[in-house]
Amino acid sequence: MTKPAQAIAVTNLHKRFGPLEVLKGVSLTAHEGDVIAIIGGSGSGKSTFLRCINMLELPTSGSVTIHGETIAMKKDGHGGLMPSDHKQVQRLRTQLGMVFQSFNLWQHMTILQNVIEVPVHVLGKPKDEAIETAEALLRRVGLFEKRDAYPAFLSGGQQQRAAIARALAIQPLVMLFDEPTSALDPQLVGEVLTVIGDLAREKRTMILVTHEMKFARNVANHIVFLADGVIEEQGSPDEIFGNPRSERLKKFISSIH
Amino acid sequence: MTDVTPPDVTTHAMAILPEDLPTAGSFFKPHRIVLLLIAAALVFCIVWFMRWDWLPQYLPRLGYGIVVTLAMLFSTSILGFLLAVPLGLVQVTGPWPLKALASGFCTIIRGTPLLLQLWLLYYGLGSIFPQTGIRHSFLWPYLRESWPYGVAALTISFAAYEGEVMRGAFAGVPAGELEAARAYGMSRWTLFRRIWLPRAIHRALPTLNGETVLQLKATPLVATITVIDVYAVISKVRQDTYITYEPLLLLALIYMCLTGILVVAFRYLENRIPTRGA
Repeated sequence: MTKPAQAIAVTNLHKRFGPLEVLKGVSLTAHEGDVIAIIGGSGSGKSTFLRCINMLELPTSGSVTIHGETIAMKKDGHGGLMPSDHKQVQRLRTQLGMVFQSFNLWQHMTILQNVIEVPVHVLGKPKDEAIETAEALLRRVGLFEKRDAYPAFLSGGQQQRAAIARALAIQPLVMLFDEPTSALDPQLVGEVLTVIGDLAREKRTMILVTHEMKFARNVANHIVFLADGVIEEQGSPDEIFGNPRSERLKKFISSIH
Repeated sequence: MTDVTPPDVTTHAMAILPEDLPTAGSFFKPHRIVLLLIAAALVFCIVWFMRWDWLPQYLPRLGYGIVVTLAMLFSTSILGFLLAVPLGLVQVTGPWPLKALASGFCTIIRGTPLLLQLWLLYYGLGSIFPQTGIRHSFLWPYLRESWPYGVAALTISFAAYEGEVMRGAFAGVPAGELEAARAYGMSRWTLFRRIWLPRAIHRALPTLNGETVLQLKATPLVATITVIDVYAVISKVRQDTYITYEPLLLLALIYMCLTGILVVAFRYLENRIPTRGA
């Protein structure tokens, strides 16, 4: 059996905010079809790690490779790195569908306009084609009837499902979820997790930062436990949740149950 | 999901719906009838007891004056707004020299009376120009007129006020929405054109509405440098006929009508994108 191709490879990533080192050398490889859940306490650096993958946060050192293409970096003169080719970063970003904790839908556009925005104005797709794709995606996340509504009039769960449709519309190589349910009322979490779970089942490559442990255990094929900026432990869901080895992971798991 | 959604309230949240308008029947409530009668009596008195015989003779000039006033308003608002966008933007995101320059400009212009700026431009610059070689330039036919100085002063003033408004509007666009745009590979220009600017303008519209109304009522100042706008025409009527109140009442009515049209037009723009709450 041949191994699936590498989708994302992160090597020895460090990130420093002033005197505070948030990531202390994190490496992670996601193959196509992987669903990787990153868990850990707050301040463990999991969101920062995710945001370094698409350069929303610039790493202090280390490298990020997307689909075999390493993002070219140069010294920024303050002890960190910056992309040496903005065009390359912009191009690679269109392969990463990011879903944010606070949805970040564009409030001056309808739901449909939000979903077709990037395909039309960044990827240069014809508008009618983009609308067709978008409507299919909205139907899929259960928001077809809301396509002409503005985001402010939707519930948090609906907004997050719309944001997922927006991410899917660019046909990304990898989906990145940054605590997608943390800003939601408890009764709205389920509808969003259902959508994400469906994506996982169809073997879409995903990296998922989450606090929903039960969900992570169900959908992920690989769990990464971050603590104090390093990968303390990683493995299959059963290993991590069923047989944690490190003290910290044991403590973390018992603290959330 | 196939559940039945309630009638869509989202797209009309702020728009004036038919049921918000008074129906024919509601005009016949006692308090409304009294108010209507008072208004009718007032109009009758104004028409019957005041002098309006001068009006037909001055109508063409009044029409011309209104056109000049509107031309002043629209040209200076549009030019001023085009300047305000970069003025606001560099104050939010520019390098410090530009930031200092823009905020200095806004402070100085907003800190001095418009009348003073107008006179400094017209009597100051306008009197220096003839002494330079500019007399032989192709610009001279315009620079010896008075209206370019009016347009310049009103534009600069509008730019300074709206520069501040746009600074606030740009700064107020949630960082997350801009971040999402970057995360999806938008270039800086696309992000500005598609997300940041339209979002900022939408936020600023209610303020811009008020400021444009103020700009309308700043236009009569150009009459002091011999531009013949509607205010100047009314002044001429008063000079010629020694009638005071009637022309001024008419002038007030004209400005009120123009203001009404502006407000309705802006309301329409605002309602195109409904906002929720507040």
